[in-house]
Amino acid sequence: MSDNPTVWHTLRRALTPARAQPAASEGGSDLAGLPPLSREILEDLPDPLMLVGGDGRVLFANSAMRTVIGTDPHAKRVSSLLRTPALLEAIERTTETGETLSIEFSIPVPVERHYSAHLSRTRSEPLVTVLLHDLTAIKRSEQMRADFVANASHELRTPLAAVSGFIDTLKGHARDDAQARDRFLDIMAVEAGRMRRLIEDLLSLTRIELNEHVRPSGVVQLDRIVREAFAALSPLAEIDNITLELCAPPDVPPVIGERDELVQLFQNLIHNAIKYGREGGHVWVTLKVVPGAGGRGSGAMLSASVRDDGEGIPHDAVPRLTERFYRVDVKRSREKGGTGLGLAIVKHIVNRHQGRMTVDSKLGEGSTFTILLPLALPEGSDAGVTELL
Amino acid sequence: MSDQHTVRAFSEQLEALASSIAQMGGLAEAQFAAAVDGVARRDTVLAENAVGGDSRIDALQIDVEDRAMKLLAVRPPMAVDLRETLAAIKIASELERIGDLAKNIAKRAIVLNREPPIRLTTSLARMGKQALSQLKQVLDAYSDRNAEAAEAVWKQDGEIDETYNSLFRELLTYMMEDPRTIGSSTHLLFIAKNIERCGDHATNIAEVVYHMVRADHLSANRPKADTTSSTAIHFESKT
Repeated sequence: MSDNPTVWHTLRRALTPARAQPAASEGGSDLAGLPPLSREILEDLPDPLMLVGGDGRVLFANSAMRTVIGTDPHAKRVSSLLRTPALLEAIERTTETGETLSIEFSIPVPVERHYSAHLSRTRSEPLVTVLLHDLTAIKRSEQMRADFVANASHELRTPLAAVSGFIDTLKGHARDDAQARDRFLDIMAVEAGRMRRLIEDLLSLTRIELNEHVRPSGVVQLDRIVREAFAALSPLAEIDNITLELCAPPDVPPVIGERDELVQLFQNLIHNAIKYGREGGHVWVTLKVVPGAGGRGSGAMLSASVRDDGEGIPHDAVPRLTERFYRVDVKRSREKGGTGLGLAIVKHIVNRHQGRMTVDSKLGEGSTFTILLPLALPEGSDAGVTELL
Repeated sequence: MSDQHTVRAFSEQLEALASSIAQMGGLAEAQFAAAVDGVARRDTVLAENAVGGDSRIDALQIDVEDRAMKLLAVRPPMAVDLRETLAAIKIASELERIGDLAKNIAKRAIVLNREPPIRLTTSLARMGKQALSQLKQVLDAYSDRNAEAAEAVWKQDGEIDETYNSLFRELLTYMMEDPRTIGSSTHLLFIAKNIERCGDHATNIAEVVYHMVRADHLSANRPKADTTSSTAIHFESKT
């Protein structure tokens, strides 16, 4: 944070107003004494910045800070907007003593984020500048690397051991046994395929998790994605004579999203429905608009549910479905070539998209996986300033 | 003129009360997160810090109650102001309970971390995250005076219960497979129960927030799904 002292000094000069007074205007906290040019400069800075008055009220929060808070400050007290104790204490201390502070803090939910904060106070009056720097990418990167290595070495151990064993056998007493050779080579091919798919899925998961805290930038039509997924998976569905059906209104609104990830999400869910469906069964994908839960930054959502009429999932297994490498039926999953990561991937994609996922299942009747994703609202709509990540 | 002054002073007092609740909430969130992380990452230092954080929450609760009582005594409030004052007292009490539960989780984490690791801590970490998420959403709902958001939290209470049920059975099975893990597993069970109770307190806060905003009550039938009191695992005796 202290790499660039000149940036900091420029900011300090821009921030020293003739007289700072909290304006009573609605629609945004504003400093009456802050020159409009300074406000404009601060507004679009990439780092979150806010100005806190002596009474604890947020007098100004730039666009990036409003994203962190998840709502417009409206001159509210900072404790009502950001509850992290370390940050609140630092603000209080800087307000009282005037000392410049540098701290680190993290916000654990909904997606873990890490920040460093630089706090300083103007000399003449208790106006504290809080400037944040997002450390999430760096921390995630370290974590992901460690996780990948741990997961890869653990999960690859078994198939590698199997292949190793067969290689030894083929070099040894099965060397001249053509039948055994063919059989073993087939098994080795299966295990090699399994290892390849595992590494692909692990890399996928790592990539998705690395970007989990970054808001998706695109706009996506889910009905189109579902149709593409159907096209890609229909050969597989045909093997078991499973019917794929999409139920959607004619005017499905788009959602905010990363196209490639949403494609992967639906492919995983529909593939699972086919894999664990019964012969001659049915897979329904239903899209519909639902009103939002109304929390910070959540308006209307699009609900996408993938339903199958397969054997269903036992009740106790449901909470663990998105756990990495968790399988309800280990043997069956192995036979079907599963890596145990499909739903973990889905979960992290949903997290990144600020959505929700629920699972409903009844043994003998089937399962329904429902995803809720925020709609992409048109520019200028009053659904709130920004969405909280 | 003086009436306006009284009104402004009063609304500032209410705001200060809300601010104290938010602060308490932040402390409870941080303490709970540290306690659960202490288990999930086997971080005893984190757990020890979480044990110590309890006293500040208790002090804030007393502060909230004192100020609320002064508010009620000096100028008996009406309607929404009355509901807000009462809500502050109730929520402070719930948050104090959460702080206590977090402290107990942290204490057990310290004991647990001395034993060999158990793989079930990932399920527990997930449960902890669910509870923390509920707490965050309900505290945001309180600050924003958002009844819909509070109701959404209230409806999701069943999810933590489901995770708890699943974890409960997992732990019982785990203990049966290897009796050497009974000690650690029992601690995990208590920790899981504490997390589930934190989720319950978050749901209670949701009910209070809803009532504060709407002057109406969420249905008496809360979505409960904890079936562990009627769960039994039958195992064949190995003779």
